[in-house]
Amino acid sequence: MAEHTKVDHSMDNLDSITPVVLDKSKPRNANMAVNKVECNACPVLCQITAGRTGACDRWGNVDGELTRIDPVVLMRRMPHQPHGSGTGAQGFDPAAAEAPSDTDGSANVDASPGGDDSLFVSGIASGTTYPDYKPAPFIVGSKANGVDMITVVTEGIFSYCSFKVKIDTDRYLGPEQSNIRHKGEIVGHVTTAEYGSQMLSLGGVHHLTGGSKKEGRITCDMMMALGNKQAVELSIDGGAQLVVQAGKAPIVDGKEEQRMRVGCGSAAIGIFAKQWFGHADEVLVLDDHITGVLTEHQAGRCLDIPPSGIRIKGRRSTPGRYFQVANPGNGWGGTDISDPLTIIEEFDPEVARPGLRLLVTSTTGEHAEYYELDDNLVPQRKDMPDALQKTVDRIGENCEPSLASVLFLAGAGGSLRAGVTENPVWLTNSIKQSLVNVTCGGAPAYIWAGGGITLMVDVTRMPDNSFGYVPTPAIVAPIEFSMALNDYQRLGGHMDCVRTLDDIVKTERHRIIDWVDHASPWPLAQKPMLG
Amino acid sequence: MALADALPVLSDLDLASGASRRALGDGRWHFSHGPIDLIIGADGDPAQIHEALSSVWSRFTNILPELVSELAVLRRPVVTKGRAPVQGVVAHRMWLACLPWLPTFLTPMAAVAGAVADELITHFSRSGIRRAYINNGGDIALHLSAGSSYCVGLFSDLARYQGPGFALDGDFTIHDQMPIRGIATSGWRGRSHSLGIADSVTAFAATAAGADVAATMIANQVNADHPAIVRAPAASLKDDTDLGDRLVTVDVGPLPAGVLAQSLDSGATLASRAIADGLVCGAVLWLQGQARVLGLQAFNPMLPHGASTSAA
Repeated sequence: MAEHTKVDHSMDNLDSITPVVLDKSKPRNANMAVNKVECNACPVLCQITAGRTGACDRWGNVDGELTRIDPVVLMRRMPHQPHGSGTGAQGFDPAAAEAPSDTDGSANVDASPGGDDSLFVSGIASGTTYPDYKPAPFIVGSKANGVDMITVVTEGIFSYCSFKVKIDTDRYLGPEQSNIRHKGEIVGHVTTAEYGSQMLSLGGVHHLTGGSKKEGRITCDMMMALGNKQAVELSIDGGAQLVVQAGKAPIVDGKEEQRMRVGCGSAAIGIFAKQWFGHADEVLVLDDHITGVLTEHQAGRCLDIPPSGIRIKGRRSTPGRYFQVANPGNGWGGTDISDPLTIIEEFDPEVARPGLRLLVTSTTGEHAEYYELDDNLVPQRKDMPDALQKTVDRIGENCEPSLASVLFLAGAGGSLRAGVTENPVWLTNSIKQSLVNVTCGGAPAYIWAGGGITLMVDVTRMPDNSFGYVPTPAIVAPIEFSMALNDYQRLGGHMDCVRTLDDIVKTERHRIIDWVDHASPWPLAQKPMLG
Repeated sequence: MALADALPVLSDLDLASGASRRALGDGRWHFSHGPIDLIIGADGDPAQIHEALSSVWSRFTNILPELVSELAVLRRPVVTKGRAPVQGVVAHRMWLACLPWLPTFLTPMAAVAGAVADELITHFSRSGIRRAYINNGGDIALHLSAGSSYCVGLFSDLARYQGPGFALDGDFTIHDQMPIRGIATSGWRGRSHSLGIADSVTAFAATAAGADVAATMIANQVNADHPAIVRAPAASLKDDTDLGDRLVTVDVGPLPAGVLAQSLDSGATLASRAIADGLVCGAVLWLQGQARVLGLQAFNPMLPHGASTSAA
């Protein structure tokens, strides 16, 4: 059973709690006109007539439902934007270059360069059409490579969704399965670590709607901030304090992470053994997890490097791999070592010889020293030969910057499909057959194999502030389904609701932004990323 | 939890009121509560700024509930110079800012944005803070310590804005020696409805509330009768508007030169009177590429003089 910070209702029927979306706010005032809704998003409690917005202009009454209202975001392809598969060069189309009318006076930029096949209607601020049997807010007809295309654009309201966060650090963040808190509330947990990175699972239906109201609101707030690429403070029970922001270096216990190590000490030996061969008789790679010793390591054996007679502290795991050589700290390569010679117990006089060349390096190449044994078999510091300096530099080059990456994971296989087609399983099947591309704010979404439409998308590829919320609480995220017109017809699409892009530009409140991620393919005429 | 205390607060949500704040990453902050959106910036000792921001935040969470508690009164026209009919500190600031403009119609809501900014900027008056600003949707309150200044960029028409680097229509430096701590902009394209047709009127005054009312009143006065001007009753556009059935501007088509000049003259006359009465220090009026600059040459001789100026 899921753990929660505090529970203000019985947990016995947790499984039967169905997330309620888009609650219509209940009138508090008996005198309120029937065609108004009362907005409870802030203390002003505006009573909003159908078709109008409240004092903030952010919430409005759309057909009797309280709805968040922002101008829909269109994305403009840059001239050098890589085209979707097979899409030819785009000519300038003066007919579509007419500046958009914007009766609401919101900030706008000229839509002209490139004509209407250089614009993509994103799901951002497109709104929803609840109940879902209504067609999606925008069903847009446009062309790609001369083929008629359809993009079904909506905002999904997701109770079943979470963020998977990868934090590039070998630092211990906390025990696996530990609770993660935001402002004191439990909002997720530490999950299985991956190579060079710690993994967190944050948000999800049980924290949004399964715990106390406060837990739900704090979880929703944290998820929205994380999705919108803002910095979020997290604390792990029995572990570290973190500041995590998509695409930025993580801050662990107040210290910003810099570089990932090239690998553990043993991995570094495996990678660089051949490059050291002939230039050093022994190499120690210092690491707070596994320290590597070249001559004992399998890689050294394969190169027939003779034993050096070195004896180092720590507990030997397998040949050439030592645990507990040093503790974590601010010294060499994340250990507490400031003088690397302190980990060497001695050189065996039976094996070692004067003049033996010894390289000691950290797993990031930030620290390295070169020694030669004197006649008493004591290492003496010498200038690093160029050949070895090159290998140390190369270790540094291979250490990637430490980042926090944030993936949004959500299930779109539910009722929102009805906004696309009258027979929802045809949408699911068409995606699995690569006929329908799925994007979130234009960013390619990976679709998991198996049933449903479980998608995963990197938030840094989405425009800023793509995520919103409803008071349920649940997360609102943009989603677009793009396909050929004849495929849309075949899967039972709402053909009578198809509008041209030109019509949307001329009649809808909108905002045009530049395409966010140049590495993302143009969504039209592109196959989905299937698992 | 000593470590958590040492970490900067990056975002906050006040569960009781629903107010939220977040760091924008470039040192600025965004405070948001219902219809109030503030952008806050400050320069000086980080510890002092942190203290001041905490203080602003705790005050901020109470402001909207206070205003809402007497919203009905605040939406009624100011009619008398007698005892203030309002209780709250911010409401009082709003009411005071309206008084000099009587008997022209206006409600305290004309000053709400500026008054909120004025109320909160006081929290930055502490040693170690060189300067600070609170921008409440275009209505800006300033804190300037001795020797400091802010350079303010003017932009007449947001619909033309094309992102950072886009040329401004003018800029103006405010030094601590000047009697200006408030800047406000009003126009028919803005979020609040205007009775006039100005693209924008920017007023400079001692307080943001004073500038807020002045910009509103001068923008209302930049007006004309012409078929290209589309108006609608305020109540037909917005629920519970303090403007009732008064006609507000919803669109302005291209106007002939004569009408432009006449409209700007009308606004400039009121602005000059407000400067003479000491209500504002200066104003910049924009209408379809034509500008009038009043009162600011005393502070910045580089600005074009009183008569009309053309936007490049």
